[in-house]
Order: sequence, then C-alpha cells, then structure tokens
Amino acid sequence: MSGLVGYIFSSDFLYMWIRVATPLILPALGAVICNRSGVVHLGLEGIMLTAALFGVLGGALGGSLFWGIAAGILISLLLSVLFAYFHLSLRANNVLCGTAINTIAGGFTVFVLELITGEKGTSSSLRSFSFPNVNIPLVEDIPVLGDVLSGHNLLTYIAILMVFAVVFLLYKTPLGLRMRAVGENPNAASSVGVNVTKMRFTAVLISGVLIGLGGMYLSMGYLNMFTRDMTAGRGFIALAAAAMGQSTPVGAFLSAMVFAFFDGLSNILQLLRIPAEFVQMLPYIATIAGLTLYSIQRIYRFKRKNRLRVIEAEKSRQ
Amino acid sequence: MHLPCFIQKIRAGGVNVNQAVEALRMENITKVYPNGVIANKSVTFVVNQGEIHALSGENGAGKSTLMKILFGEEQPTSGTIFANGQKVNISSPTEAIRLGIGMVHQHFMLVPSLTVAENMMLGIEPRKGLKIDRKRAEKEVREISHKYNLPIEPNERVEDLTVGQKQKVEILKALLRGAKILILDEPTAVLTPQETRELFAELKTLRSNGYTIIFISHKLNEVKEFCDRITIIRRGQTMGVYPLSDISEQEISKLMVGRDVILKISKNKILPGAPAIKVRNLKILEESGRVRINNISFTVREGEILGVAGVEGNGQAQLVKALTGLGPYHSGSIELCGTDIRKKSVSDIRKLSVAHIPEDRMTIGIAPRLSVTENTVIDKTDNIRFFTRLGLSKSSEIREYGKKMVRDYHILCKTPDVSVESLSGGNIQKTVLARELSGGPKVIIADQPTRGVDVGATEFIRRQLIAMRDAGNSIFLITSDLNEVLGLSDGIIVLFEGEITAYLPDASNVTEEELGQYMLGIKRQSPEQISEVLHEQKD
Ligand SMILES: Nc1ncnc2c1ncn2[C@@H]1O[C@H](COP(=O)(O)OP(=O)(O)OP(=O)(O)O)[C@@H](O)[C@H]1O
Ligand SMILES: [Mg+2]
Repeated sequence: MSGLVGYIFSSDFLYMWIRVATPLILPALGAVICNRSGVVHLGLEGIMLTAALFGVLGGALGGSLFWGIAAGILISLLLSVLFAYFHLSLRANNVLCGTAINTIAGGFTVFVLELITGEKGTSSSLRSFSFPNVNIPLVEDIPVLGDVLSGHNLLTYIAILMVFAVVFLLYKTPLGLRMRAVGENPNAASSVGVNVTKMRFTAVLISGVLIGLGGMYLSMGYLNMFTRDMTAGRGFIALAAAAMGQSTPVGAFLSAMVFAFFDGLSNILQLLRIPAEFVQMLPYIATIAGLTLYSIQRIYRFKRKNRLRVIEAEKSRQ
Repeated sequence: MHLPCFIQKIRAGGVNVNQAVEALRMENITKVYPNGVIANKSVTFVVNQGEIHALSGENGAGKSTLMKILFGEEQPTSGTIFANGQKVNISSPTEAIRLGIGMVHQHFMLVPSLTVAENMMLGIEPRKGLKIDRKRAEKEVREISHKYNLPIEPNERVEDLTVGQKQKVEILKALLRGAKILILDEPTAVLTPQETRELFAELKTLRSNGYTIIFISHKLNEVKEFCDRITIIRRGQTMGVYPLSDISEQEISKLMVGRDVILKISKNKILPGAPAIKVRNLKILEESGRVRINNISFTVREGEILGVAGVEGNGQAQLVKALTGLGPYHSGSIELCGTDIRKKSVSDIRKLSVAHIPEDRMTIGIAPRLSVTENTVIDKTDNIRFFTRLGLSKSSEIREYGKKMVRDYHILCKTPDVSVESLSGGNIQKTVLARELSGGPKVIIADQPTRGVDVGATEFIRRQLIAMRDAGNSIFLITSDLNEVLGLSDGIIVLFEGEITAYLPDASNVTEEELGQYMLGIKRQSPEQISEVLHEQKD
C-alpha cells in the first residue's frame, strides 16, 4: 500500500494524470459552452470519435499534420451543424439528436476505417501524424516539476489555455454575455433582438471545435493511431464533469481533473490486480460522496448559524 | 349612460385625434392563433404622440396579443400598422425597437444572474477590442438612469432587486434602445401602492418629454387617475376610445364586461366561530439565516376573513409557505383545523381541508401543459368519484366535472380540453380557484387571489370568497391591493419586517392612510392591542 501512495506522488503518475486529463478537459469545456447557452449536447462522444478517425485519415492521406487537423476539425463542425440543424432549427429532441450522432459515429467510423484500410479494428497500417510533444524551455530543467509539467503533447497545453479562453469568451465578450443570456432566459434575450437560435448554433459550433480537438488528442497524441470505439465513454464523462463543475470553465476543468485522477489510478491498480472496472467506479463514488458531504456540512452550518442568530435575537430583546 | 352620449364622446375624442399627432395606428388587426382562438377581431387602435393611453378589457380580451403584434412577437393574420404615418411591417422585436417601440412585458424579460448593466446592454454592448467595455456600459446606465430620474445601481445583480426596481430596469432598457413609444403590460399588478405612485410620477415625466405610453391595467382607479384616453376591448373587438376625463369607472367596467359590475364589495356581518388557524410564536429563518418572520401569533376563526396588509417582502411569502407546508418554519406552532402541522406534508395538510390559492399561479398554481379539466381534478386522485380503487381514471365523470368547473367558474376557453397555458392570465387564475374551492375547504389561504384579474372576474372571485366565509370557513387573505384588503377582510393584521405591527379588528373602520402608516412602519400598536388577534380569554 505504501508503494501505491509513493507511486501516486511520483512524477510519473502526475505526468500521466495530466496526460489522461486532456481528452476530458477539452470536450468538458465544449459542454460548458453548450450548457451555458441552453443546449444540452449529448453528441460529444460521437463527435470525438469521428474526429479521432478523421484526424488520422486526413494526416495519412494529405501527408501532413496540417491535413489531419483540418479534416478532424471539419468533420467536427459538420457533425455539430447536423446536430444544431436538427435540434435547433427543426426542433427535434436533443436526446434523440445526440444519441443519433453517437450511434452513427460508432458505425460510420468502423465503416470508413474498413473502406480505407481494409481493417475493422485499428488504423495501424496508416502512417500517423501526431501532435508534437513540447518541452517548455526553462521549466523542463526544474528537477521534479520539469518532469511533470514539461514534455506534454501540444494539445495538452492548448487544453489548459482553452480554460482561460473559455473564461474570456463567456465572461468578457459580448458573444459570451449573449450566450449566457440565451441560456438563462431565452425570452428576455429575444425581446431585445438577440437571435436565440443563431446564438445556440454558434455555441454548438465553437464547442464542436473543442470536442473535436479532444477526440484528435486520443488518436494523434495519447496513441498514434485510431482504434475502434477509442473514446470509451469519455464524451459522457466530459458531460458529467461540466455538470459537476456547475457549467463554469474552471469548475469543469477541476472536475475533469478529478475524473482523470481516478482514470490514472485505475491504470496503476490494475498492476496490483484490482479489477479496472472497480477502479472505474471510483470517480463516480467519489463524486457522490463529495456532494453528500458538501450538503451535510451546509445543513450543519445553517443550523449552527441560526442557533447563534436566535441567541443574538434573544439577547437584543432583553 | 346612453348610447348617443357615447357617440358624442367618441366624436369629441375624434376632434382631439385630428388635432394631435398620431404616433401609431393599428388598423383592422385580426389575429387567429394556430389553435383556432380568435384573439383580435378587426381591432383598430390609435395612439397619439405624448399621451398615456390605457388599454383595458377583460381577461382574454386580447390586449397582450395586440401588444405582442405591435412589438413584433406575433404576426397579425390580417391588418396594417402605421408608425408615424408610415405603413410598417413589424416582423420581429428588433424591427419594433428600430421603429422606436419598447415593451415592458407582463412577465419580466430579465436575466436574473446578470447585473443591471449587463441586462440593459444585452445585444448593444459597448466594445473595447474583443471585450465588453464595462466602464462605458456602467457609465451609460448611470447617465440614462440619471436623465430619466429612475435611480438604479448598474452593478447589482437583477435577482437581488425588488419587483419595483426590476421594472425600472425594464423601462430603462427600452429607453436606452431609443424607444419613443413604451408599452407597459400590467406594470402595476406586482407593485406596491408606493411603487405604483412612483411609477406614475416617472411615466408623467416621460409624457411631458414627448414620450407616448400605452398602459394596460385592470385597476380602473389607476387608469382613471393617470391616463389620458382609454381604448376598451371586449372579446377581441374594440368597444371605443374615450377621453378619461368624461367616462367613469362604472362605465368603463360596463363596456369591458357587457354588464353592470359591482365595484364595491358588500358583505353581511356574521359572528365568527371557533379558531381554525392558530399560529403561535412562529419564527421563520431564511437559509442565509435572515429572520423573515419574527415571533408572530394570530388566530383566524371560522366565518372570518383575516387580511394581511403589508408591503411585499415583509415575510408574507414565507408565512404562506409555512402555513401550506411548502416551506419550513423554525420555532413556534401552527395549528390548522385543530391539528398541529409540524412535520406534516403538503398532502397531509390538504387532507385537513386546507386550500391554497398561490401567488404565483404559473409555477405552482397549475400544470401548464395539462388541460383545464385535468388541472381541476389533479388534487382529487384519491377521490373514488373520479378514480377507481386501482387508480384508473373514470373519464366520463372527469369530463363532466371539467365542463361543470368551466361553467361554474366562468373560465373562458375553447373547450375544457385545451391546455391551461393557452388561456389568458385571469382565466388561469379562475382555473386555480375552481380546483381549490370546489374541494369543500374549511381553511383557505388566498395569496393575491385577484392579481392580474379583470374587474368582472375580480368581482366573481371576491364573491366566491365571501360566500365561502358566510358558509363558516376561514380565509387568510394576503393581498397588496389596499381596496381588496380593506373591502374583503373582517379583521386586518399588518406585517412589517416580519412582525405584526397592528391588528385592526374591524376593517370597515380603517382608512387607507392609517393602514399605510402601519405598512410603512411609521406607526405601531402596543403589544396588548396586537394580542387581541389571538382571541383568547385572558385571566
Ligand atoms: N400562444 C397562444 N396560443 C393560443 N391561444 C392563445 C395564445 N396566447 C393567447 N391565446 C388566447 O388568446 C386570447 C387572448 O389572450 P391575451 O393574452 O391577449 O388576453 P389578455 O387580454 O392579455 O388577458 P389578461 O388580462 O388575462 O392578460 C385568450 O383567449 C387566450 O387564451
Ligand atoms: Mg395579458
């Protein structure tokens, strides 16, 4: 057990923690933007998966990383337009639209993969272009910290920057203000001439880019190939992280880190012969326990504060 | 008043119209909603520049619909609109705003978590590079608030404002967008008398600066006092335009309803019986720890209407919640029909024959998507008249009952099967009343029972409440309408900052001024006088 604790505090583990957090942070930020605009976007998983495949294909067929990125983002935008058009313009139910995207993505990726590579499982026969790892000049020389913070994939750093970018977007720009207004009281927004559908469409598209980057990280960073169903529920976990973070960018980022911690832990615990499935339950149990503790202490605080108030009121009357 | 007289008045009005400049003309507007309801039938509505023009009519007469058409939120089925003499096509609120039309809606159009400045600048944010220029936004808000003498703090969150302040934000929002014609849809329904007076002072300032104001209200005394002319609609048709200087409240209500309305409330004296509501040393705290109700005690007896007067926000909402089981209380006791309700659920409390007419009918009064019929039987699911023992519904019984409710309570709807949300405000209220009063309650908690309800329906609701009282039931009446609290109640208690500051055992002997002084906390009775409300023998 002490070995385990030691491992958790080792720089290897911390490095891995950040690594597995990346594909949660990006789509969670996308979900935050959607939630804030009043769209519950369940299609994250499908968009991630398709972007993961198209990133690899674009790179392989175009012959450079640039084409990979272009193809990945393009397909994410395309699927986002599809979702937004059906849900926002034709007013189809969002659960239906999201599920449709996820189901289509599951089949479509395998179909395209086989069409191009002749294989159904992985894209290992294709030449992959991955996002480069980046060593941060001065930081990499700091003893332990350097090992943890430096040398990550470019997308990891982009993900962190995106937290700030989304904060800026939502709280500092006119677009963000309108999105939040549309999310909270669409009637109020439209009564001053803000086009609700257009705002939500924009939100779905912006989040589409973030979700797509999250997907591409999986096949062009985390691994350097596409494998079937490689998102493995990360889209849904990202949704959960956004919800747990109260749909704020920083909250979603922190929640994503919590989920990633347990994800990382499961990798280690497998070595200790603890079933991975058990460990994968942990983030959710931790969430529920955390929320329970939070409410209990809030009730307790309320009671204590009121007892004081009553005593004070009594005193003042005397 | 005879018809020829009326015609003369219209002519007199007509002369005025020719002299004044028309700000707006809606001609032969007809609106048929997709569900077949004809809300406006060839309505012609003309407003002159620089007047306060009242628009009155029964609930469901089509006032809000007409105004939504003017503001571009609904499209007319036929008809034309002229603004400043030009034919216009108002396809959206944006277009209306461009034409200088601003609207303050019946239900506020504000985003609660945003600040005043953010709400006001939404859609027209000043920029500095990519960012919103907060300093400038704030400055502009301060400037316009100063210019029109509508004081407001730009950095406060809208959710922390009082209703009166929210309304100021709404008005400023319209002015900021260059509105010259302001539509106010029942602005005073939610205001206290003080706030109403303040609002009218503000509106008069605007009028003297050349602004045109369209004012919708069911409170005829306000209309009479503050407006220049009135257009009356009944069942979607105009009943004429009159200068308010030569039409009485009585005449207005007759034109609106089509019959004489008794504006004065009359009731017999009856001897109250045993206590039915007993509240002792009640204390209610908010989650933040703020004391909302501080140690109050009172009794309501059978055959008695006890009115609560008080400026809104002095603990009324929390008190009602505690009484109906919807909210907590922290010490003291509440006894309804002889049973202590501590730890009792809402349904336990309702089983004690307690009815609740809630203040906010849209969120807790009804299930909006269900039909009128369904809404009236929704609390009777364990009544074997409507449901079998296995919980299956007896549809023909229920249908009959729905029809009867619509008939008895004069609910204006196409059929009892339409969803409640498609009814007008007053008819939604009648649906709530039908459900609550038809169950044979002994105790009725009536919270703003006639808010936003037209004169005819108000008369009807008040008569129902008096009939319930005459039958020996207890009514606890919370209302911000001074006329109502004075006219309907037997006794009155005044709530000020969570405490009872006065008990006036005979409401018919109380003047508005006297009540106002207690409500504003200027005067306060001695504890002995207040404890009379317990109706307990002292030894
Ligand atoms: N969106 C809608 N769809 C269908 N019918 C509607 C809709 N809105 C209103 N109506 C119907 O149109 C009629 C007129 O409604 P409107 O809201 O204009 O009345 P109002 O005069 O403003 O009444 P109130 O004084 O109660 O607010 C009513 O019969 C109402 O049921
Ligand atoms: Mg209305």
